[in-house]
Amino acid sequence: MTSAALLLCAALAQTAPRPLRIWHSYRDAEERTLEALVDDFATVNPGYRPELLAIPYDALVSKLSSAIPSGHGPDLFVFAQSQIGAWAASGEIQPIDATAARLQDRFLPAALAATTFDGHTYGLPLSLKCAALYFNRRLVPKPPTTTAELAALAGPLTDPASDRYGLVDEVANFYYQAAWLHGFGGQILDAAGTPQLDTPQAEAALAFAVGLSRFGPPEVSGALVTSLFGSGRAAMAISGPWLAGEIPALSASDYGVVPLPTVSTTGLPARPLLTVEALLVPSTAHELAGALLLAEALTAPAASVRRALEARQVVATKAAYDDPRVAADPLLAAFRSAAEQAVPLDNRPAMSLVWEPERRALASALAGGDPGAALRQAQRRLNAVTRPAAPARQPWPYLALAVVLLAGFAGYQALRRGPREGNDGARAVPYLLPASLGIALLVGIPIFVGLALAFFDHRAGHYTFVGFSNFVRILTARDYRLTEPMNFYFTLGVTVLWTIANLVVHLTIGMSLALLLNSKGLRFKGVYRAALILPWAVPSYLTALVWKGMFHRQYGAINALLRHLGIQPISWFTHFSTAFAANVATNSWLGFPFLMVVILGALQSLPSEIFDAAAIDGVSPVRQFFHLTLPLLRPALVPTLILSSVWTFNMFNVIYLVSGGEPGGATDILVSEAYRWAFERNEQYGFAAAYSTLIFLLLVGYAALTRRLTTRAGEA
Amino acid sequence: MKRSLGRSLLVHAALLAATLVTFYPILWVAGLSLTARSSLEPRLWPLPAAPSLQNFSDLLAARDGAGHLTFARQLGNSVIVSLLTAGIGLSLSTSAAYALSRFRFRSRRALLQTLLGTQMFPATLMSVPLYTILDRLHLLNTLSGLVLVYATTAVPFSVWMLKGAFDALPREIEEAALLDGATPFQIYWRVLLPLVRPALAVTFLFSFMAAWNEFILAATFLDDPARFTLPVALARLVGEYHTDWGHFAAGALMVSMPVVGLFFVLQRQLVAGLTQGSVKG
Repeated sequence: MTSAALLLCAALAQTAPRPLRIWHSYRDAEERTLEALVDDFATVNPGYRPELLAIPYDALVSKLSSAIPSGHGPDLFVFAQSQIGAWAASGEIQPIDATAARLQDRFLPAALAATTFDGHTYGLPLSLKCAALYFNRRLVPKPPTTTAELAALAGPLTDPASDRYGLVDEVANFYYQAAWLHGFGGQILDAAGTPQLDTPQAEAALAFAVGLSRFGPPEVSGALVTSLFGSGRAAMAISGPWLAGEIPALSASDYGVVPLPTVSTTGLPARPLLTVEALLVPSTAHELAGALLLAEALTAPAASVRRALEARQVVATKAAYDDPRVAADPLLAAFRSAAEQAVPLDNRPAMSLVWEPERRALASALAGGDPGAALRQAQRRLNAVTRPAAPARQPWPYLALAVVLLAGFAGYQALRRGPREGNDGARAVPYLLPASLGIALLVGIPIFVGLALAFFDHRAGHYTFVGFSNFVRILTARDYRLTEPMNFYFTLGVTVLWTIANLVVHLTIGMSLALLLNSKGLRFKGVYRAALILPWAVPSYLTALVWKGMFHRQYGAINALLRHLGIQPISWFTHFSTAFAANVATNSWLGFPFLMVVILGALQSLPSEIFDAAAIDGVSPVRQFFHLTLPLLRPALVPTLILSSVWTFNMFNVIYLVSGGEPGGATDILVSEAYRWAFERNEQYGFAAAYSTLIFLLLVGYAALTRRLTTRAGEA
Repeated sequence: MKRSLGRSLLVHAALLAATLVTFYPILWVAGLSLTARSSLEPRLWPLPAAPSLQNFSDLLAARDGAGHLTFARQLGNSVIVSLLTAGIGLSLSTSAAYALSRFRFRSRRALLQTLLGTQMFPATLMSVPLYTILDRLHLLNTLSGLVLVYATTAVPFSVWMLKGAFDALPREIEEAALLDGATPFQIYWRVLLPLVRPALAVTFLFSFMAAWNEFILAATFLDDPARFTLPVALARLVGEYHTDWGHFAAGALMVSMPVVGLFFVLQRQLVAGLTQGSVKG
């Protein structure tokens, strides 16, 4: 396609403006600049009516993979290059080789190369993001160029007792660690695209990073980097261009940015990962010509200058740096030179497998583990995830088996239930029909699809029927010993322990508070009750993150309290017991109000005469509780506990956000494992569905068991 | 007399302690929201020395491209979606719960077990099939489609709660009404429904909250920013590289307010309703 053809298309379309849909997850200045540029485009090209849609980053990928195959996707969208390989393999995006070839001189070569996969170019690069070294000029007059200088500078500036640090670096995040890996001569994927995590270079880099962490506080998060560097308490920080927008207390002349230093032992520069945000075209775009025209306009030199100046983007368009105002911006210049030595994040699908094992290895080494052992463990973890696909099988025998089983089950049900139940069927239908239809359609079908997926293997957008092999692989658990996380039975054990621990704690707290609230003549009862219900109303996402902050090794409220009591502070997430306890504490805070309210309601409905009589007979309160209250509460309590245990068994948010499975995946429960298989391990939806199916079967079995117990108790 | 005074002091001390522990994380959220340019940096006392309402006013004053107030509009969408969800979910599930409690027919138990079973399947894999179904029904990018999904997914739990409540009512009530010549529908509508009001309040609250807080499906099914609900706006503050904690906390507090308000209003019903619903499993 040539530009003449594009112009012709635009001219033809002039009669009625055609919608051109663009999806992105930019916000603030980046979003405003994009809006302004798109408005300019619409003025110049009246044939198109661009429609921008800003989508939360967390929902963008899921929305794209739902919408693109059915043709409801955008015509153009903004995303980092990391997904290009996976999307190209599954046919969700289309190559734009002709446009890219025509414009290839416009872009920094590394940026355009990053959007190329398997010989085709899939996107026009907008902006670059990579890590660099920020330094506070008042504390560091001359920035270090080697790691030896860095250590020599950072050492004397570090004084944890007065909360001063030489260098804050999000060491536990592999995004940053990759820079040192490259600096020690290592690489993430080899030429064939296979990850090799336990190389000697990786071991040296990991040991180096652990050494570097002594110049900063423990458990450094992105928020902590911002706050320590922004308040001048950290002399240097390793972060990306976004940090500059978050440190208003420092004026631009207070700090400088330089590329990461050279590793002294190897003489190689520490090369950070380069992410390239690009404009990508879905395979089902309706306005291909318009999409390409807009992509070209947004990356044009003048538009790129605006993006650089207004949105502070490190733009991929070379000519933008000739503009005197852009050239005069030290931050943009620094990140441009940092980007030149950076390694583009590999866009091959295997890259997405590396993050989880590397994160676990980093956590383990930072907690004092041996770097080599941690990396070997990471490699084993990776091998278990990249196992070859199971052989394809004929689905027919399985279908026949399913039909026979279903028919047998239905027949059995009909024979067994038939005589005992009444025949109000005709009268019940109108009451049941609306709900049943809705559930069958919107709950039943998705669950059925989920169950069916468990018999498939998903690779790069293609499903193969593999029979029971997902289940066999999970249940035989050959890749891992029983004592290791990732073994199904280990995770199952942790899940059961998690459920029981939560039930005991929720019940104890809920019962105590309900009894207190139910004391006779209590004043302010309504106030207490309302206050104690509050955790229920706050979104659990936010409370989980706040609790994670409260468990921080150095700044967390809980360790501060321990210090006041003269107890040594605890690294909560380095041991199974403490990480597990942190999860349980968070979940108890979220979950006790439910049980408290149920028990309080049940207590209020108990006949008070019995208790009066017992009191007159001189029965002690403790005996009253165990011999009267508890048995009377039982009918209300048991079903609630069953429901509550099902919820806890599948409580994903707390596990994922508080401990994140640390240490080494040991605190992961079955649902968070299922989630990781689906979204952190190369979209192995089939395997995740098999996990979900097993969870489902376990809970159905549990419900059947408890139903027996409760009906027996009810009859007794 | 003295003993009971000491006892009541103890009770108050224990309740106060529990309230403090409960409030601490909430104070944290409040502290974040009152700090202009805050990050999630942990410290002991959560409230800032110089509180600022900047985060709140930023969110309230934000306007979209067409000049509409985004927050007010999304609040409106959220209110509509959540009220409709709760209303529709409630009417679907009350009638079903009534039938399951009062009528005896084949497959009644199977239906009940299926309902419970739906609660046990992890929801992570459900969004893609749902998208296809809504697409077929031409309900994508509509608030009605979203309401339909929320309402039906809330039904199984609601049916279980309400069936328990119906089960707890003595049969004699209906027999008396039958003698007076009432039809089964009149009995359901005029006699039984008013009696399970607490359980109705609880299920209403649960469905309302589920719809009020959900964002992944809302962002996936809707393509028109004018139709987005509040949690979608809130989730936008959580970015790939950095999260705007101050605005996020302020938004979360404002989003929680109506739910807290509902809790206050429905408190008594809540206490009675949860018990009523769970007396018989």
